[in-house]
Amino acid sequence: MSSNQYDAIVIGAGHNGLVAAAYLARAGKKVVVLERREVVGGAAMTEEIFPGYRFTEFSYVVSLLRPEIIRDLELPRHGLKILPLPSTVTPLANGDYLGSWDDHDLTRQEVYRHSPKDAEAYDEYSRVMARAAKAIKPVIGMVPPDPSSLSPRDLLGLLKLGRYAKSLSEKELYRIAKLVTQSSADLLDEWFEFDALKGTKSASGIIGTFLGPRSPGTAYVLLHHYMGEIDGAFRAWGFAKNGTGGVSAAIASSARALGVEIRTNAPVEKVIVKGGVAAGVALQNGDELQAKIVLSAADPKRTFLQFVDDKHLPGEFTDAVRKFRVRGSSGKVNIALNALPNFTCLPGEGPLHRGAISISPSIDYIERAYDEAKYGAFSKNPYIDMIIPSMIDRDMAPPGHHVMSCFVQYAPYDIEGGWDDARREAFGETVISTIEQYAPNIRSCIVGKQVITPKDIERIAGITGGNIFHGELLLHQLFFFRPAPQWADFRTPLPGYYFGAAGAHPGGGVMGAPGKLAAEAILEDRK
Amino acid sequence: MFELKRTPFHERTSRLSLPQNWRRWAGYLVAGSYDLVLDREYWAIRDAAALIDITPLMKYVIEGPDAARLLHRMTPRDVLKMAVGQVFYTGWCDDDGKLLDDGTISRLSETKFRLTSAEPSLRWLAMNAVGMDVTITEVTDQVAALSLQGPKSRAILNRVCARPLDKLKFFRLTETRLAGKPVTISRTGYTGDLGYEIWMDAGDALAVWDALIEAGRDYGIVPCGILAMDMARVEAGLFMIDVDYTAANHAWIAGQKSTPFEMSLGWTVALDKPGYFVGRRALEREHKEGSAWKLIGLEVDWQGLEQLYARVGLPPQIPGMAMRGSLPVMHAGKQVGYASTSTWSPVLKKYIALAHVQRPHYEPGTALQMEVTVEHHRLHAPATVVKLPFYEPEWKKK
Repeated sequence: MSSNQYDAIVIGAGHNGLVAAAYLARAGKKVVVLERREVVGGAAMTEEIFPGYRFTEFSYVVSLLRPEIIRDLELPRHGLKILPLPSTVTPLANGDYLGSWDDHDLTRQEVYRHSPKDAEAYDEYSRVMARAAKAIKPVIGMVPPDPSSLSPRDLLGLLKLGRYAKSLSEKELYRIAKLVTQSSADLLDEWFEFDALKGTKSASGIIGTFLGPRSPGTAYVLLHHYMGEIDGAFRAWGFAKNGTGGVSAAIASSARALGVEIRTNAPVEKVIVKGGVAAGVALQNGDELQAKIVLSAADPKRTFLQFVDDKHLPGEFTDAVRKFRVRGSSGKVNIALNALPNFTCLPGEGPLHRGAISISPSIDYIERAYDEAKYGAFSKNPYIDMIIPSMIDRDMAPPGHHVMSCFVQYAPYDIEGGWDDARREAFGETVISTIEQYAPNIRSCIVGKQVITPKDIERIAGITGGNIFHGELLLHQLFFFRPAPQWADFRTPLPGYYFGAAGAHPGGGVMGAPGKLAAEAILEDRK
Repeated sequence: MFELKRTPFHERTSRLSLPQNWRRWAGYLVAGSYDLVLDREYWAIRDAAALIDITPLMKYVIEGPDAARLLHRMTPRDVLKMAVGQVFYTGWCDDDGKLLDDGTISRLSETKFRLTSAEPSLRWLAMNAVGMDVTITEVTDQVAALSLQGPKSRAILNRVCARPLDKLKFFRLTETRLAGKPVTISRTGYTGDLGYEIWMDAGDALAVWDALIEAGRDYGIVPCGILAMDMARVEAGLFMIDVDYTAANHAWIAGQKSTPFEMSLGWTVALDKPGYFVGRRALEREHKEGSAWKLIGLEVDWQGLEQLYARVGLPPQIPGMAMRGSLPVMHAGKQVGYASTSTWSPVLKKYIALAHVQRPHYEPGTALQMEVTVEHHRLHAPATVVKLPFYEPEWKKK
């Protein structure tokens, strides 16, 4: 019995759960992490689906992993390496391309080739976005205060927020106000004329949302992508060695070294509530574990609607969680290749293979892709963000062979008629034939492929709705709204029960911030 | 697409540069130096003639009935008063009066100007040209440019140009032929010596280069890289964007920005000119209230420097090139500024620096101190505020 007694139980061994567990153990707590699957990582997962070919199955790049987490948990010592992903190339229908390289001069030359006007605007735009990101970053890093509360902590938080807003120049305030209300199409139209540039930039504004580039609010999501930029040389943008599973493995290794116990094949049935407070967790196999602290790193729906009985939570709260939008909108196609795809726009092996390849020729193209998804179909001509991990990390595939990761949007969770094998196959085929238009040899190189729909994300990674951010990055689902009003501080209406995953502030991406902030909330309460 | 741009002179310069120390300049590769040490190139600027590839300067042709109005509005100088054939040096500001960039304006005709800048400026020009009858064309790649600097530059040009340049005054330009090729020659430069800048079609670049090298042989012409020029420009009191000041639109914080007054460019701010220009209100205010900072010349006291080194048994060790690291400038034990570029001046035999200094310490004659690193120890050498330029030969404007 005593072996099932812990200070804290963490539900879910995704990267946030592992980060939270490691921080709690670092503070001297006895911690166990319970993972439904036989492997750790959640959606930050690398698996060898075909022998010798390792797929970074769901998430595939690391952009916002907090540098302090890397340092605090000594992740480099546990194998974390973030390798450079230096470029983005957008192949065009006319055989040309638009490149964005890791060098300012080369990128400027490249944009200039298509539009001298855009080359100038590009410099200014990058600076303006970086400055806006810098201006908004302190907000992302803070625990959202509840504006309706009079508690000292919330008041202090609001005061900090107010002081901070006062410290911004008028220009910065207006810019931010505009960014949070605009659509990415409107924003980009103000700056640029070249379709492929606008299309490619707008893509960052729709990832993980069920919105099109012309939907208001997408400009803010775009800004999210600049957050990593402002850490300068310290930024952690790139491809993790061994895929994002490598990030999870490093965090798990660090957590274990700090004394964390990780139990796999341990799906949780219920959170045990005694006397109105969380008291432990019952597993599906009937085992019970006791702890005064239970932290869920699952998605908000599971956390509050599945693990905890309704009777323990206020109706208003569960209602808000029910209304929290988690519409999955993207899929993945992971491909094992016996040769590199040969792109018509840049034939032969070249720098494009070492970076991202984006199928995003224009805003119209992406908006049309969205139109289809709105009415329950996957896009016939989808936005695709490809990388070839084996070109960056040679351990991802056998020598001379390659793996390719294709992020695809839109693939709605609620597809008309429901997802089945035939529709999954058709979705995969659409992706391959789309790539084929730009790299005609792709089909002949394929030795295996894995097609992942939002339904599969839900089934395998356990994310309700299959939304990669555990909940869309919509303005009304961010900051003090995430996951529900008054409960954005990683605490929940059930004392002793905490929430720290992508469905909490500041949101998704392999960032680790929700896990870390949740652990800090726990430690603050238990002082 | 995967390489930096090469200038039309690359075929010549790449064969001549012994250290092959290429430097990046606005997306181009240019020679840092041609010799293994900088002395010959530097002394060519000060005693003979140095030929410098300055093609990477951003160049814009501004043409139309409103061309003068546009530049008059965008810069603090009185462009309406500018004569055809005249060249203005100027900075330009945002509406808070903070410098965005600096360069030269050449009036090629009543309605045609050429603007040079360090940073891309098409967008800024276009924004200020709204509603004006003017076309703006970038010609950076189409127009090659050479700078011929040094006391013998005029004699060399007179040998190869269709007309002698004896009458061409300081900051004026003329159109002529050089080795049969049409060129524009302006009496301008970035060295503070007698010198000219030659603007030509990129296709004529090699012919012009060859003709100048040939004609200059007897006068000691030397191909010169940007490292030697960097020393000369400090002696001339000329500053460099992103080294000596931060462009207002690049700055992360307000404290990084500078105004023309703070950069000692008050002489370019024509507050008496009619009408609005960008930054006017802010500059008028600063003119009235005085500037909090000023870019000044700092001359390190050699005896004091010697004493610091003598303590460890060394003579002063000053690197033989311009240094771009920021060095604290002190007064009575408190930091009152920083030097942004410092260099050994071979012609003056002095250790000099361009420094940003706070009021009231920027008046000429003020005794300050500048940080020097003596055998790994950071010490402060006595230094005096002096008027810029440090060096101005009598033949520069003659």
